[in-house]
Amino acid sequence: MQLIDPELISDTGRGPRLVGSACARCDTVTFPRQSSCRRCTSEDVHPRELATRGVLWTWTIQCFAPKAPPYLETGVEEFTPYGVGYIELPGEVRVEARLTESDPERLRIGMLMELTLIPVPGAGEKLTFAFRPVEEEQ
Amino acid sequence: MNGGEDVAIVGAGIHQFGRHEGVSGLQMGAIAARRALANAGIAWQDVDFAAGGSDAAGNADTSVSALGLTGVPFINVKNGCATGGSALTTAHAMLASGAAEVALVVGFDKHPRGAFNPLPEEWGIGSWYGETGLMLTTQFFAMKIQRYMADYGITASTLAKVAAKAFTNGSRNPNAWRRTPLSEEEILSSKMVNDPLTQYMFCSPGEGAVALVLARGDRIKALTRTPVYLRSVTFRTRRFGSFEVFSPSIPIESAPSATTEAAAAAFEQAGIGPGDVDIAQLQDTESGAEVMHLAETGLCEHGEQEALISRGDTELGGRLPINTDGGCLACGEPIGASGLRQVHEIVLQLRGEAGDRQVPTSCRVGFTQVYGAPGVSACTVLTV
Repeated sequence: MQLIDPELISDTGRGPRLVGSACARCDTVTFPRQSSCRRCTSEDVHPRELATRGVLWTWTIQCFAPKAPPYLETGVEEFTPYGVGYIELPGEVRVEARLTESDPERLRIGMLMELTLIPVPGAGEKLTFAFRPVEEEQ
Repeated sequence: MNGGEDVAIVGAGIHQFGRHEGVSGLQMGAIAARRALANAGIAWQDVDFAAGGSDAAGNADTSVSALGLTGVPFINVKNGCATGGSALTTAHAMLASGAAEVALVVGFDKHPRGAFNPLPEEWGIGSWYGETGLMLTTQFFAMKIQRYMADYGITASTLAKVAAKAFTNGSRNPNAWRRTPLSEEEILSSKMVNDPLTQYMFCSPGEGAVALVLARGDRIKALTRTPVYLRSVTFRTRRFGSFEVFSPSIPIESAPSATTEAAAAAFEQAGIGPGDVDIAQLQDTESGAEVMHLAETGLCEHGEQEALISRGDTELGGRLPINTDGGCLACGEPIGASGLRQVHEIVLQLRGEAGDRQVPTSCRVGFTQVYGAPGVSACTVLTV
């Protein structure tokens, strides 16, 4: 499996997990991992695997092709609109991510989402993280 | 104000916003500077401090070769959307402290067509952020207003009203770029860019330049009969917990935005409250930004905007006219120039020189606010 950036995602036996960091002093969680805490400035921070489920905090649909760079040339050529949102991982952090859903009628704030991997448009086999709606469980 | 003598704007100049084939950003800056000097009735030799900049159109101090080599100390500013505000902050500090008597600030820019394409590496983020299609300011503004609409009951119709007002005001401003009024329906039915924001709810990167001449103490009255006093100018970066552009993650714990803090400090330093403001220019990168900034600056309560805008309070003839020159929506967004454009407009309105868009009621207190990546804001309070 080829990832767009191996720093972002760990592939555990239980499936992919986002890797952020947690501050040993104030417990603040951030993503992606960084070497100091944005809240208390401590450098005593450690990598942390984040929750795979959360709720949609806000969203939009990217309706026009981003410019390349920083987007990939082939991504621009193959552009189709995509969803983007912030997913609130309970007790951790809100993570910005692409959404597998791009129909505005099927997105609403507060809906349950889970982590998945999708191909990066225009990057061949490379994968990145995304969130998909969790089907209502009976 | 923190001690020192009064500082006032005694001259204002602008180069029309829009697209200007064959004219460089630096040239526009020099033209605006000469107009500001003429407006103040002084020569470039009379200026003993200058500051200014652009985001993408070169070093401001290069314009000394167009204006004349006088040896003046000239500080280049490159501070994103707060470029103009930072130049003004610097000039204000120099004048208030007595280190200079007459200062010139200039902001200009010239951007290519289409959305901005910043590179993540220059903003401390991995290249993956751009490659996967997350490095867009438009996404941030859309997601911020999307959440805000749900939290405070703001409707798409209100977003359209903000844009319609901008184009109406722009149609009365000879220096604006978009001068054709558009109806609420035309705005709502234009192409969707980033839900819930349509094409005409967004400003476009553009070109333009603004310059201001400032003076201190006794020099003010000697130079003009219509000074506009700069009561405060403040600048803040983001704090932990505020929701800002280019954030791969945001904390669950929330904090006031850079705008909220810059505005509160501006009012405190001026000794003037938001309730005293007669007219304001707010960052309207898109219509939602104007809605949110109204409350973040303290000019209204969160959630009050729906009724306020529906009543027409923010229109030219309303109780609190906002973005009377058409704002970024009608003038476009040349990053280095926008902050000073707002101040330029307040100067004209407070002097009573705003022509077809002059607000009908007398105004004495003006306020400006810029906001930009990656979470910076600059505010001013101006009075006559």
